[in-house]
Amino acid sequence: MITVKVNGVDRTFDGSPEMPLLWFLRDVLKLTGTKFSCGQGLCGACTVHINGTAMRSCITPVKAAAGKAVTTIEGLSNNGEHPLQKAWRDANVPQCGYCQPGQIMQAASLLKKTPKPTGSQIDSAMRGNLCRCGTYQRIRTAIQMAAKVMA
Amino acid sequence: MTRQDRIRTVSRRGFLEEIFSAGALIIGATPAALLAGEADRAAWHPSVYLGLQKDGTVILVAHRSEMGTGIRSVLPVIAADEMEADWSKVRIEQALGDEKYGSQNTDGSCSIRDFAEALHTAGASARMLLERAAAKRWGVAAGQCKASNHFVLGPEGKKAGYGELAEDAAKLPLPKPAEVKRKAPSAYRYIGKEMPTVDLGGHVTGKAVFGYDAAMPGMVYAAIERPPVMGATLASVDDSETKKVASVSGTVKLEGLTQPYLFQALGGVAVIAGDTWSAFEGRKKLKATWTPGPHAAYDSDVYKAVLLDIARKPQKVVRKAGDVDAVFAKGGKVVEASYYVPLLAHAAMEPPAAVASFENGKVIAHAPTQNPQAVQEAVSAALGIKKTDVICHVTLLGGGFGRKSKPDYVVEAARLSKAVGKPVKVVWNREDDLRFDYYHAVAGMYMKAAPGADGQPAAWLQRSVFPSIGNMFAKDAKYGADFEMGMGWIDNPFTIANFRAENGPAECHVRIGWLRSVAHIYHAFATHSFVDELAAAAGADRVDYYLKLIGTGRVIDQEIIKQGADHKPHPKFPIDTARLRRVLEVCASRSNWANKKSGGGKGYGMVVHRSFFSYIAAMVEAEVDAAGRVRIPRVTYVIDPGQVINPDRVKAQFEGAAVFGTSIAMLGEMTAKAGVIQQKNFDTYPVARIDEAPHVVDVHILPSSAPPAGVGEPGVPPIAPALCNAIFAATGKRVRELPVRKTRLV
Repeated sequence: MITVKVNGVDRTFDGSPEMPLLWFLRDVLKLTGTKFSCGQGLCGACTVHINGTAMRSCITPVKAAAGKAVTTIEGLSNNGEHPLQKAWRDANVPQCGYCQPGQIMQAASLLKKTPKPTGSQIDSAMRGNLCRCGTYQRIRTAIQMAAKVMA
Repeated sequence: MTRQDRIRTVSRRGFLEEIFSAGALIIGATPAALLAGEADRAAWHPSVYLGLQKDGTVILVAHRSEMGTGIRSVLPVIAADEMEADWSKVRIEQALGDEKYGSQNTDGSCSIRDFAEALHTAGASARMLLERAAAKRWGVAAGQCKASNHFVLGPEGKKAGYGELAEDAAKLPLPKPAEVKRKAPSAYRYIGKEMPTVDLGGHVTGKAVFGYDAAMPGMVYAAIERPPVMGATLASVDDSETKKVASVSGTVKLEGLTQPYLFQALGGVAVIAGDTWSAFEGRKKLKATWTPGPHAAYDSDVYKAVLLDIARKPQKVVRKAGDVDAVFAKGGKVVEASYYVPLLAHAAMEPPAAVASFENGKVIAHAPTQNPQAVQEAVSAALGIKKTDVICHVTLLGGGFGRKSKPDYVVEAARLSKAVGKPVKVVWNREDDLRFDYYHAVAGMYMKAAPGADGQPAAWLQRSVFPSIGNMFAKDAKYGADFEMGMGWIDNPFTIANFRAENGPAECHVRIGWLRSVAHIYHAFATHSFVDELAAAAGADRVDYYLKLIGTGRVIDQEIIKQGADHKPHPKFPIDTARLRRVLEVCASRSNWANKKSGGGKGYGMVVHRSFFSYIAAMVEAEVDAAGRVRIPRVTYVIDPGQVINPDRVKAQFEGAAVFGTSIAMLGEMTAKAGVIQQKNFDTYPVARIDEAPHVVDVHILPSSAPPAGVGEPGVPPIAPALCNAIFAATGKRVRELPVRKTRLV
């Protein structure tokens, strides 16, 4: 039996400890905001925070999250009021929207460590997150907008 | 006189009862172009519904799929604005797949183009009905009542909300077409403004429901091991290890497809499990062997050589003016070049997935599909049931780009549900997505020109060879279909006295399909790379060269037809070279072209191209460092897509197209060995990352009174040639084969 604190609530799992955290979140807990896309840590769509740091949940076995605190997009804020979520709305970032939860979680982790990132710091922190619609320019803008608000 | 859009008030019957409450005003509309005929008025089903509830809520039924263009938010804006509705009181209902809507296939950049007019008229009609209902209630002339932001205002301070007028309005006859008065553009509240989409909130909180998120009670999950080569058949399978995976309940064999391929499932062996991961894990443990089919010898390197070889020989003429051979025979200088664009995959961030339930001879499906009616057709054909017994709910799409117009994955879910007697969710992983795509066609092109004294081509020959999408619909379609020839090939807008366009035959070894801007991708790459080569040979400024090549501003459809091309002019969207010249000239000035000096690792490339009835100029800046790495500091687009409903979403489409085009130009290539696709994930099929994408994309929309044209796709075609032209300007190295990453630049 594995216990993981997900968005502040202890959740237990008695399935295979090898199951990636992503599928525990999506198929077991029905938290579908965290997305599947590559399954190999190549695209960032599945990004969540484990003990506050951005991690790829598609290659993290659920046993590696045992006893740790996991935050998903659903738990980032109560009503979508995190400064990054607001900035994402203000800059009209999403197109299809599928990669955006992962982008936002990655950006939130960046701003925690680097509250005032430069353009190249943003690029290097975000280069693991693919967006096939090509919203990168607005992602950069939105991160800078949120950084200003949070500073 | 052209046929009118059909607008009617409709009664609350059938599916409308589930959406609207009693007493609602409901208006249905069908664009004139979609009216099949006047024969059966009673059976008429509108393609657009606009409704006003008694509580004041305006409901619009969105019959187009939302894959990131914002279409399901943008179309309703037109009706809401014309109606003088308060946008905060507008709700969008996603339509099921149903032929009553006319085509729902959300592709071809045509949603606004086809439906804007009908929505204008429906909205304006609703507004006039509400004004008339208020006038009647107050016993005043309709002219004394004016709709304003969800209220009708009358004389002496009279005021009534839309909701309280709905029932009365529904009883009045609709204004006749000639009476319908649209708002003056200066009075628009929402049209032409940067409105947020209705899905924005869900997108940033994770609440948006995509196909991969769809669920049905009691569903099981299925991952399918598909034939590794097109047309291979299952020889044997050992699933004993698979069945040892906890939560795997069994396997199901699925028969393979037959020609024509259409949107059939590929067949294979499905692993049924209680969760996604177990289905994938169980599949890894399958031991399947396959009998190779007719495509087992397909090798993409060999195929490339064959295509380019075919392109160097005379082929079927698809357009001809003057006599190019006579000019070439004079023995003067000629410029010739071969170009190549490889097989490409769509690689939307959301891999295909669908959930379906088969019960009592009927299928209910939830799917991320661009075309729910194709789901109905393909599923009904596969299961031998009626089309109307397939209910397709359309989820949000995590990217489509043409892939999700083909519902093979929904067919899989429906067949499996029938086999296991439970709702089944079919899950594709990235490897499935890349190996079993309907690929963008690989293409070889050959270009030859004889420059005259002024450096302009006295003769121009262009030849393209590619496996046609037609192969999906007819066995052994060897030549490009009309629609493919019409994409940047027979519609070439240059003024050249001796001109010939040809198309050669190609075999088809994998499934081929539409990818964002389709045949424009390779045709534009060859055409505009070659223009740059000719201009370079002439030592000419690229913009000056283009303007001379295009010639005077005029409508050229008849010229093209006279040259024997099978070109069908669109009455509303003639090929107007004046618009082509204008976007180029404005782009030159906006990008400060005259003062841009290439060299020393910096280069600038300019391309102008018309597609989906829109006119696009793109200037790409490239930097190539000492290691040969390419950076793209800026792309400047100047576009004339006709009237624009939501400029922010139009800009977003072009920002994205620049990135999509960069992936095609720099990175994308699918290859095959012994018929097996070699790329399995983003490590071997890279797409542009944030630091590889153009850093700044500047989109300038030219004001236009022309009818609205396409914006989803037209940003893509100019990017690859403009980037390669910029790389040439920076380095002197001409890249004639994509992707660029395969060429050493320094």
